[in-house]
Amino acid sequence: MQHSTLMYIAVMSAVTLSVKILPLALIRKPIKSRFIRSFLYYVPYVTLAVMTFPAIVQATNVPVAGAIALVIGIAAAWFGASLFQVAAICCALVFVVELFVS
Amino acid sequence: MAVGSGLFARHGKAIKEGIRDGIPIGAGYFVVAFSLGIVARNAGLSPWEGFVASFLNNASAGEYAGFTLMAANASYLELAVVTFIANARYLLMSTALSQRFSPKTSILHRVLVGFDVTDELFGIAIARPGPIDPFYSYGAFIPALLGWSVGTALGIAMGNVLPARAVSALSVALYGMFLAIIIPPARQNRVVLGCVAVSFVASLVFSVAPFVATLSPGTRTIILTVAISSIVALVFPVSDEELMHEQQGDENAA
Repeated sequence: MQHSTLMYIAVMSAVTLSVKILPLALIRKPIKSRFIRSFLYYVPYVTLAVMTFPAIVQATNVPVAGAIALVIGIAAAWFGASLFQVAAICCALVFVVELFVS
Repeated sequence: MAVGSGLFARHGKAIKEGIRDGIPIGAGYFVVAFSLGIVARNAGLSPWEGFVASFLNNASAGEYAGFTLMAANASYLELAVVTFIANARYLLMSTALSQRFSPKTSILHRVLVGFDVTDELFGIAIARPGPIDPFYSYGAFIPALLGWSVGTALGIAMGNVLPARAVSALSVALYGMFLAIIIPPARQNRVVLGCVAVSFVASLVFSVAPFVATLSPGTRTIILTVAISSIVALVFPVSDEELMHEQQGDENAA
């Protein structure tokens, strides 16, 4: 069976938007359970950490470049660099390291 | 235009701050979306279709999985299930956001903020002290959605014009942003620091261990997020004081 690209986009978008919008629209009351509140408190940190490593090392042409960007990026964020500064430092490091290594 | 100018008088500061914080995100998105566009091109999408798909989805892992399935002529049901799994973490983020809205905020604002829940936009919204200000999020959506949608369209239209070295360097921009979101709270809170460290190690193990390594990255992210967050929530439940502190905001937070 041949599928229509527009129908594909419609299906994908409907699922994504339901996932993003429904909890926000439907959960109107504060959640009482201390466990769920604690769970939700930790979720963003765990999700973002899981997605960052080891993916950052696999994203670059040379793994060492990604590893260096990870370590220095953590240090920069630790000492108060902004969102944009940390991202720029990581990109610059990968570029420079790959000049020498690859 | 009395309504429009009144709106800006009341919310202009939040919108401006949102745009400011959204610009680095949009720049990072542009680059990632450009490479995503190359995948969409293989799936037969036109630049215009890629623009619409990215505008409505704004989800890197979800769209990557979706375009790959389209290229393989998968069924609509299969596409729906994989999209759901790849984006399931947004269920958690959307739920977390629902708890940070003032009860007075209308459902329209909840729907609109939900429209563009992404890892980064969630991160900056939740990192701001006090209840969620929808207008801050709207400001951030502008550069983010533009960067993501235009990047996808250009990736489809122009394919491989960026040198591989530049793509490699730019590909870590998003991870740099993730670090900037999770590391400062980890410095202030030992449990969050432990969470981050354990997540790094577990994620590495899951990427190489037999069986689990064959699961999609989106599925591994969900499993690890639910497992680690549950365990930490059981062992180190957050006190009401800490949650209040988070909701009322910290004067010293940058």
